[in-house]
Amino acid sequence: MSEKTEKTEPRLSVFKTYKLYVGGKFPRSESGRVYEVTDSKGKWLANAPQSSRKDARDAVVAARKAFGGWSGATAYNRGQVLYRVAEMLEGRREQFVREVADAEGLSKPKAAAVVDAAIDCWVWYAGWTDKIAQVIGGANPVAGPFFNLSSPEPTGVVAVLAPQESSFLGLVSALAPVIATGNTAVVIASEQSPLPALSLAEVLATSDVPGGVVNVLSGRTAEIAPPLAAHQDVNAIDLAGADEALAKELEIAAADNLKRVLRPQPVDYFETPGIDRMTAFLETKTVWHPTGSLGASGSSY
Amino acid sequence: MASVFEYAPAPESRSVVDIAPSYGLFIDGEFAEAADGKVFKTVSPSTEEVLSEVAQAGEADVDRAVRAARKAFEKWSALPGSERAKYLFRIARIIQERSRELAVLETLDNGKPIKETRDADLPLVAAHFFYYAGWADKLDHAGFGTNPRPLGVAGQVIPWNFPLLMLAWKIAPALATGNTVVLKPAETTPLSALFFADICRQAGLPKGVVNILPGYGDAGAALVAHPDVNKVAFTGSTAVGKEIARTVAGTRKKLTLELGGKGANIVFDDAPIDQAVEGIVTGIFFNQGQVCCAGSRLLVQESIQEELLESLKRRLSTLRLGDPLDKNTDIGAINSAEQLARITALAEQGEAEGAERWSPACELPTSGYWFAPTLFTNVTQAHTIARDEIFGPVLSVLTFRTPDEAVAKANNTQYGLSAGIWTEKGSRILAVANKLRAGVVWSNTFNKFDPTSPFGGYKESGFGREGGRHGLEAYLDV
Repeated sequence: MSEKTEKTEPRLSVFKTYKLYVGGKFPRSESGRVYEVTDSKGKWLANAPQSSRKDARDAVVAARKAFGGWSGATAYNRGQVLYRVAEMLEGRREQFVREVADAEGLSKPKAAAVVDAAIDCWVWYAGWTDKIAQVIGGANPVAGPFFNLSSPEPTGVVAVLAPQESSFLGLVSALAPVIATGNTAVVIASEQSPLPALSLAEVLATSDVPGGVVNVLSGRTAEIAPPLAAHQDVNAIDLAGADEALAKELEIAAADNLKRVLRPQPVDYFETPGIDRMTAFLETKTVWHPTGSLGASGSSY
Repeated sequence: MASVFEYAPAPESRSVVDIAPSYGLFIDGEFAEAADGKVFKTVSPSTEEVLSEVAQAGEADVDRAVRAARKAFEKWSALPGSERAKYLFRIARIIQERSRELAVLETLDNGKPIKETRDADLPLVAAHFFYYAGWADKLDHAGFGTNPRPLGVAGQVIPWNFPLLMLAWKIAPALATGNTVVLKPAETTPLSALFFADICRQAGLPKGVVNILPGYGDAGAALVAHPDVNKVAFTGSTAVGKEIARTVAGTRKKLTLELGGKGANIVFDDAPIDQAVEGIVTGIFFNQGQVCCAGSRLLVQESIQEELLESLKRRLSTLRLGDPLDKNTDIGAINSAEQLARITALAEQGEAEGAERWSPACELPTSGYWFAPTLFTNVTQAHTIARDEIFGPVLSVLTFRTPDEAVAKANNTQYGLSAGIWTEKGSRILAVANKLRAGVVWSNTFNKFDPTSPFGGYKESGFGREGGRHGLEAYLDV
């Protein structure tokens, strides 16, 4: 064996077939389409699945199915699962550094900084799951004999148009807050640079994140986003990855069932995020209950 | 409604309120005619008497008011919060002083019983101003970071069911956070907002900080679409809410919507029946059912259906419908002929689709807009009256067998504003409240409001919250 390898060409590497991530499984696009993904210099990297409207609808079905379990899980449990994602990312750090460097044309050190920031971002949100309710909810001192409590609840299925330029850190910055608060997500990866997102799906699949909680589609944002924005079973949409014209069109479509809309906004992904990406996809439920009152007779409670 | 209980009339005096024969638009601290000179009449729904003639805002007036608000914004937003607070406290106090006057006015213009304007609307209106007054100089501590900034000019469109209360919900947080306001009250109930303009004058509020534009939907649409409006707040129908969401799409305008509802009032077999009956009555007959969070779908556990309905019908037979100014009146007039027609048509559709209709013996006055309290049984989820918001005193009764079924039926609606739970079992309350997709859940009570308490919907009942700390967010750049 050893004599042979000395003389032969360098080993031929194994290419990866990138697939979608829907309902915890890795299907190809039902349309059978792929599109060419290149690095920043135009060198072929892989063929990514080019999702169709049907793929988008399937992803919504999967996300809806997963919503009850995920939103019903304890906040502590969700935190553990999110932290587990960070653990798995850390283990695959080198792979993501390579993919991000290829995708975004970054030097290895710069790509490493991006990946580290993304992992830290997961950790940051992992720690938020069991704190957000205390920070933005609480007891209301109503003027009457009532116990009255406001607590945040996830809004439901959130369509996330991942940022186009930041294929990994931007993606994580948009996705983690959505699922940290108990929503489920249908993500459209960066159109030009979908590979880090598709690899993230492999991490999610092995990180105790229940199937369907995150669904990742690659393809043409302008093709997949409109059916999601118009979908009656999608509750919210993050328009980060849409340009101005598409964002407006999608916001109009989203009005049909009054989706919660997060408009595109300038973000420095290296800065510690605020909580607005979480609160954008939370409802506030206020529950009232009589307390009775201590009357003179003491008999009214 | 003749019964053993015959009450002598106990009318509240109209003399506490002076309604002028005509009113202008309130722009930049002055009352003014509409640019095109248009006016409309506002009538008392209980008598169809014309109360006053009111200037009707058009697009040019909207523009003028927005410009006034923009000009006022610079100084108003730069005021120390403690100073803004004092203006709001002044307004709150003046409302309290004039609350009887405003209660009578509101009853005349809206048709709702004086009992409700006096004991519910007005105390809450004052309370909202007091509550948000206190926030004005404490915004750094509200949890939106240090020094949160106002948005600018707020365009606000409010409905006719709680004219002054909705004004308070909109204006109090807007001013506390340093925004200026252009508010369009509904065309059937413009008067209390115009009286509020006078309160702003008495309070010495700087000109242009609050502008009031009575008018129709076209004025509201112009306000929402105005390029120099930074924040849009709307309370009203879901259909209009969707239209507004489309209008502001692609802009930087911040939007909050408080829209329709089809609240489920769930009564379990162990509920205290008498209290539940009171809650059901409050839930659907308060303000003639013209309440977005009304408990318009009664979900009753099958085993107690008969007993509950018997009790409920007996209770409904004691409700007194008639002169809204009479202090004994429980049910007043429907706000407008248009709304009466809508309620009538939906109730007829309920019958046509096979639901069983019942109303207590009830004589309706011969003038004005009236609808007897109405109950529908044999209602299924497919019935229009179980799905569409009626916005009137019409209750649809459905049944369930298990808590899971109750939750599934309660959530089976495009709305998600309110729900009620009646049971003696605490764990059941918490479990069911957890699963209901609604912004407000009342357990063993219904239709309770408080300025400290966020209110707003899930799903197509809109987004954003009004009231409480949460209500500030809608008016801050966060």
